[in-house]
Amino acid sequence: MSRLDGGLVDRDRVLSFSFDGRRYVGHPGDTLASALLANGVKLMGRSFKYHRPRGVLSAGSEEPNALVELRTGPRQEPNTRATVAELFDGLEARSQNRFPSLGFDLLGINDLFAPFLTAGFYYKTFMWPKAFWEKLYEPAIRRAAGLGRLSMGPDPDAYDKGFLHCDLLVIGGGAAGLSAALTAGRAGARVVLADEDFRLGGRLLAESHLLDDAPATDWVRMVEAELASLPNVRVLTRTTVFGAYDHGIYGAVERVSDHLADPAGRVRQTLWRITARRTVLAGGATERHVPFRNNDRPGIMLAGAMRAYANRWAVSPVARGERVAIFTNNDDGHRTAVDLLAKGVPVLAVIDPREHAPRLGGYQVMAGATVTGARGRLGLRSIEVTRNGQPEWLECSALGVSGGWNPNVNLASHHRGRPVWSEDHLAFLPGGELPSCMTVAGAAAGQGSTHAALHDGVAQARAALDALGIAASETAVPVAEDAPLRQTAFWHVPGRGRAWVDFQNDVTVKDIALAHKENMRPVEHLKRWTTLGMATDQGKTANVTALAVMAELTGKGIPQTGTTIFRPPYTPVALSVLGGGNTGPGFRPTRLTPTHEWAKAEGATFVEVGQWMRAQYFPKDGESHWRQSVDREARAVRSGVGLCDVTTLGKIDVQGADAGEFLNRIYSNMMGTLKVGRVRYGLMLREDGFVYDDGTCARLAEDHFVVTTTTANAGLVFRNMEFARQCLWPELDVQVISTTDAWAQIAVAGPHARTLLSRLVDDFDLSNEAFPFMACGDLTVCGGLRARLFRISFSGELAYEIAVPARYGNALMARLMERGQDLGATPYGTEALAVLRIEKGHAVAAEINGQTTAAMLGLGRMVSEKKDSIGAVMSRREGMVADRRRLVGLMPVDPSQQVVAGAHLFNPGAEQGTATDQGWVTSSCFSPHLGSYISLGLLEDGDARLGDVVIAANPLAGVNIETKVVSPHFVDPDGERLRD
Amino acid sequence: MLIPHPLLGLRDAQEFTYLGDASLLNRPDPAEGEAAFCDYVFLRDNPAGVHRELWYHEQGDRSWLVVTRDTVTHEILGAELARDVKGAGA
Repeated sequence: MSRLDGGLVDRDRVLSFSFDGRRYVGHPGDTLASALLANGVKLMGRSFKYHRPRGVLSAGSEEPNALVELRTGPRQEPNTRATVAELFDGLEARSQNRFPSLGFDLLGINDLFAPFLTAGFYYKTFMWPKAFWEKLYEPAIRRAAGLGRLSMGPDPDAYDKGFLHCDLLVIGGGAAGLSAALTAGRAGARVVLADEDFRLGGRLLAESHLLDDAPATDWVRMVEAELASLPNVRVLTRTTVFGAYDHGIYGAVERVSDHLADPAGRVRQTLWRITARRTVLAGGATERHVPFRNNDRPGIMLAGAMRAYANRWAVSPVARGERVAIFTNNDDGHRTAVDLLAKGVPVLAVIDPREHAPRLGGYQVMAGATVTGARGRLGLRSIEVTRNGQPEWLECSALGVSGGWNPNVNLASHHRGRPVWSEDHLAFLPGGELPSCMTVAGAAAGQGSTHAALHDGVAQARAALDALGIAASETAVPVAEDAPLRQTAFWHVPGRGRAWVDFQNDVTVKDIALAHKENMRPVEHLKRWTTLGMATDQGKTANVTALAVMAELTGKGIPQTGTTIFRPPYTPVALSVLGGGNTGPGFRPTRLTPTHEWAKAEGATFVEVGQWMRAQYFPKDGESHWRQSVDREARAVRSGVGLCDVTTLGKIDVQGADAGEFLNRIYSNMMGTLKVGRVRYGLMLREDGFVYDDGTCARLAEDHFVVTTTTANAGLVFRNMEFARQCLWPELDVQVISTTDAWAQIAVAGPHARTLLSRLVDDFDLSNEAFPFMACGDLTVCGGLRARLFRISFSGELAYEIAVPARYGNALMARLMERGQDLGATPYGTEALAVLRIEKGHAVAAEINGQTTAAMLGLGRMVSEKKDSIGAVMSRREGMVADRRRLVGLMPVDPSQQVVAGAHLFNPGAEQGTATDQGWVTSSCFSPHLGSYISLGLLEDGDARLGDVVIAANPLAGVNIETKVVSPHFVDPDGERLRD
Repeated sequence: MLIPHPLLGLRDAQEFTYLGDASLLNRPDPAEGEAAFCDYVFLRDNPAGVHRELWYHEQGDRSWLVVTRDTVTHEILGAELARDVKGAGA
């Protein structure tokens, strides 16, 4: 154990965890990385390409090296960063990208082949032979690629999503973020403060600075308490704002129970959609390293991270008796030496390339020196320090490296805001087009001293409040360190060997030089050629250093070399949380028909029809195949009476003085002339002239129509009617509203339909004379229940559709069944419905597929030439009129042969190909009425070929079936039954 | 995105259905014939920049809106009821 004194871990409690099967202990407040370091574990992972042994580089979400698998079983999660994984009792973690073990990895051999695995390696190597790509190269690369393993089991966790609205969103809970949130909170603004850490304070937790002569954590605790007391402030810890979207909308993920062994009923993560009027980005800064030969040895980490481990987690980077060295080009790096010494960790030296490097404490300074090499494959043993051209090897077990700090501009560039180079800061600052209403405060804006960050937070919050018209008083901030930023532009140590720039994707200075040589110089090309910054860490610790190296090579300077910008997400986001729990039955809503409960009790099998669950058929005892049930149901309709819930068909109520004229323009046929109390079949075209939808149109009063649509198009037709009403003809006095869910509608079909209905209606004349085919009317049933009755038929039998308020649907169905018992009343589902309509030759979506004209469906005369309607003009286009395919019925010459829908039609003996194609089969079923399979299809000149034989070809199955062309009306072609 | 509904104030874009170029308001007179309809049905502008487009408040009050939006920045410059635009002779 190499625990130091102090720190923000709860030493009174011990947490047990394992890494690669070995058991260790840590404390609440630890991350997996801090606990492993405290246990002397330096080796935490293997790099992506060369499988180099790696230790932890950072102490935050920018970590490129320490990627591990957490948990086991279905909760196993790969590629989590040990630096942000909060320790809990029983945590099981494993290293990844190694075989058989982290210490000895067979693919470490890649490292020996490094000369062949340079930038652009894939593009250059796997070019030929071409056929090898699919069979050899790709599978081999896929096996070698990727970090970690998925559990391959279903995700057992629950997720949620939530919406937050605020005046001010503060991103980041460090010095700047806290002072911003406090300023706005005190002013009464609705504030959301989000921080990715599990503890507020940001960098204040990692430093030894005093605020008002007290530990910074005292001030953090005070602010936290005040924010908690303000009802207008919401503090979200463990919450990463991962993306800036349009109009002040931000995406954030709150890790609700990732830090718990057992979520105990809580969701794992919540996706927050935060709508903010103003935003202060106080995302801090990320330290950069300085590449030198073998700078990826475990034990080499960022100097600021080393300080954080010592101060916050009380972890020494080395075991007792071992020494630490620091390599820095700036004063901030020296602080690590000061803090380590204060904690009793021996510091070998601070190596600083500046000739006039400062000495801030009791340690040796090697000014004008650089680190030029490192030894210790599985853990740092020594470093080579070169001064005045003289190299010397020094023993040390850890090295802290600081190359200055990069403001976290990521979110500021999500809307194409290209960061601008500041020579004063030697860093890119947020610039260009920031997301609307965002300002940047603190270290993220280059205001890195504690003093500056605290004041900048207040200033940016006050500016935001000002813009919102909220009065703010001055917020006093504590006295804090305000050390000037002193650094030198020193980007990498030149020399032989490989010096890593991007640790996660194994991009070295040499790779950048090669990209330069191969003319991949624009930053976008550099990035793609070398894969720099394209790993899961998005190059947070690599990008700027790489640009500086490229700038050096081109001699152009960093601003001229340019920089890439960032996209969401800031850190990796699990796909499951983006779903927000909308999986399984929650994936999309399900609509139940008003008779659903009744049908369920009857043992119906259900089928999804769009969002609806409809009864497909009602199996009876002894029926072992669905066809038996469907045949029985279809026969019952033709011989007795059947009942079917047809609520799902769209119903639109159209009212107003101009309702008739409006419908004239919506439907291709005339509707305005329809008499009150009558129903007419209506055909709708799209504006391009093809058939769109069909249904019935009932006129209940002079200014009141009820129209029906197909189930699938109910929403779309309604939308189109609103479009026509508001966007095309606002001068018409007409209102529309969807009543699909308001009315339960049941088809009562079959020779006994009238008898059955007559037992339910209250004093209503159902005789053919009083209520003929295509009549409609209001009435009451069952002793006073409001209802509508339509004498329309989809089956071709004597039929009605009766509508009652939806809540009575179940009861009406039960009543109809009860009263129709002696008549053989039979419920039928969508399968029988389809059989009946095919027997009758009614077109549905299979025929109205967006490619058919009215004429093709035998409905050409329904496109009135006396008036304008949607699609009328375009339907008369030459090419459309020239289409001579017509809807026909098809009967196999051998009735037992089943023609499948989708089969294509050919003349007997003709070669089968696109040029000889005569049409296709749209619908098929077995007709119990005819005792034969029957089909509908669209056939060239079909209406003139009745009696011909054509071949229905299914080349996929190698089947050709002779079929006879017949009328599509297999049953009662003259329509006598439905008028009976 | 947030859409400033002229009657309801700022509404989330998720409540809306998008249709596209507001030139769909200008349905030709049938007397203008097939060519005019071909233009109307098949040809739309899709500019990078300021664009007037139709949005339908389907999960709301069912208003059709003409929204003026910069397709490059997603800045919304205005929103009007389509029926008002149509009535004004757009």
